[in-house]
Amino acid sequence: MAKAKVLVLGGGVGGTFVANKLAKHTDIIEVTVVDATGVHHYQPGLLYVPFGWEQPERLRHDERKLLHPAVQLVSAPVRMIDVERRQLFLLNDGTLPYDYLIIATGSCPVPEEVEGLAEGGHHFYTEPAALKLKEALNNFQGGRIVVGIGGFPYKCPPAPIEFTLLLDDWLRQRGLRSKTEITFVTPLPQVFTIPTVVPMIEELFARKGIRVETFFNTEFVDFQKQRVVSLEGTELDYELLVLIPPHRGAPVIDASGIGDKGGWIPTDKFTLQVKGHERLFAIGDATDLPVSKSGAAAHFEAPIVVKNLINLVNGKEPDAKYNGDVMCFVETGEGKATVLRFNYERPPQPPKPSAWYHWLKAIMNRLYPVALPRNIAPDVFIAMLQGKFSKVSPFCGSELMEKLKQDVMKTR
Amino acid sequence: MTEIKADKVVDARGAQCPGPLVELIRAIKEVPVDAIVEVWTQEPRTKEDTKAWCQRSGHEFVGAFPADGYERVLVRKKR
Repeated sequence: MAKAKVLVLGGGVGGTFVANKLAKHTDIIEVTVVDATGVHHYQPGLLYVPFGWEQPERLRHDERKLLHPAVQLVSAPVRMIDVERRQLFLLNDGTLPYDYLIIATGSCPVPEEVEGLAEGGHHFYTEPAALKLKEALNNFQGGRIVVGIGGFPYKCPPAPIEFTLLLDDWLRQRGLRSKTEITFVTPLPQVFTIPTVVPMIEELFARKGIRVETFFNTEFVDFQKQRVVSLEGTELDYELLVLIPPHRGAPVIDASGIGDKGGWIPTDKFTLQVKGHERLFAIGDATDLPVSKSGAAAHFEAPIVVKNLINLVNGKEPDAKYNGDVMCFVETGEGKATVLRFNYERPPQPPKPSAWYHWLKAIMNRLYPVALPRNIAPDVFIAMLQGKFSKVSPFCGSELMEKLKQDVMKTR
Repeated sequence: MTEIKADKVVDARGAQCPGPLVELIRAIKEVPVDAIVEVWTQEPRTKEDTKAWCQRSGHEFVGAFPADGYERVLVRKKR
C-alpha cells in the first residue's frame, strides 16, 4: 500500500515539532515540511534584541538541520492551499499534492490596522522591527515612553509586560529612569488578560513607578505630533511609542479562503482538525483556539495532532484531545522571572518571581533546539554553543511577507 | 417588553474574556453615532466589563438580557 503523503505547511515551532514526531511513523506516511525560507526563527528571543541582550542572528536556525533526517524539506513560499484538490500552489509555479495537511503558518503583526501606528510606533515582534526599536532606544535620552497593547489578538500575551519590566531595568542601568515616565496602555479593564496574574503585575508596576492606563483602545497615532489617541478619548504624548500591533493569520490563509475574518483557521479545540475538513489539521498561532498564541501552545498541541492524524491513516477515530495546555516563563525584571501554566479549565497561579525561573528561561532560549524531539544533529548543537547561525533572514517581517500581506489586504 | 432593535449584532459566543468586549469595541468603531451594538456572550464578566467600559468611554450601556444559553449585551454609541 502506498504511504500517505503528509505535508506540514510552516517550519516554525509547531511545524518542526509535529514533523519530527511524525518521523516515527514513516513506515506508513511520508512527511514533508514546506517552509517559505527554510529558516527556523526562534521568535521569543526577539524580546531581548532591542536592549542589545540578544543578537538577532542567534535566533535563526537552519530548518533542515533541526528536522529529523526522515522528514523532507521544501523551501518555497506557498501562494494558496487548494483544499478541494488537496494540493498546495507554490508562489513560483508548481504544486505539491497531499493526503493530509498540517497548517502551521503562524501569525503576522499588522500595524497597518491602526492608523499611524506603522509610522509612529515601534514593536519587537519581527527581526527588522526589533532592530529599529534598538536604534530608537539607543537614541533615547529621557522623556515619555508609552508602551503596551495596540490591538487584539497578538502573540505571546505576557511579552508587552515583560518588555516593560525589562525596559525599566535597562533605563535604570543607563541612568535614564529618573528622566523617564513610563505609561503602560491596554484595551482591557485590567493590566493583563488573565485575572489570577493581575495582582502580581500590578504590584510590580506600582513598585517600579510604571503608570497604567486601562481601557485604552488605540484609535490612531498622530505621529507628527507624537500623540496616541484612544477610542475612549484619552490622549497621550510620547517621545517613544512601543505599541504591539494586532496580528492576523498568515497571508496564505487569507489567500486560500479558509480563515475567519482575522485570518485564523476555525479549529476543533480538542482534535485540532480544521472544522469541516477531516484531513486538515491546524497548530499553533494559525488556529482560532482560545489559548495564547505561543510556541508553548504549539509544543503541547503537536502530540495530539500526531496521534489523531496517525489514527485517521489507520482508519480509526481521531480520539486524542488537546486540553489547552500552555506554559511560559515570564520575565519580571531585576534578573527574575515567574512561570505561567494553564489550560482550558485551570487558570495560572504564578509563583513569586525568582532568579531560578529567569535562568531556566535563559537556558531554554539558548538551548531550545535540543528540546525539539528526536535526533538533533551534533553539528547543530555545536554551532549553537559557538553562536554560528543561519545568515538568511527569517520569513516573518521579510519583504516577501510584507508583499504577500499587502497583496491580500488589497483584496479584502 | 418592547424588544430593543440593534443596528449591529456580534456573535461572540464561545469567546473567552476579553474576546466579547474586544469584539463589541471593534463593532462600535464601525457604526455611526446613536447606533446600537449588541454582543452575544457566554462570559459572565462581559456585562460588568462593558458597563465599566461605557462609563470610561462615554457610550451608553443599554442593558444585558438573558437569551438561550447566552447573554445579549447592548451598547449605544454616543460620540
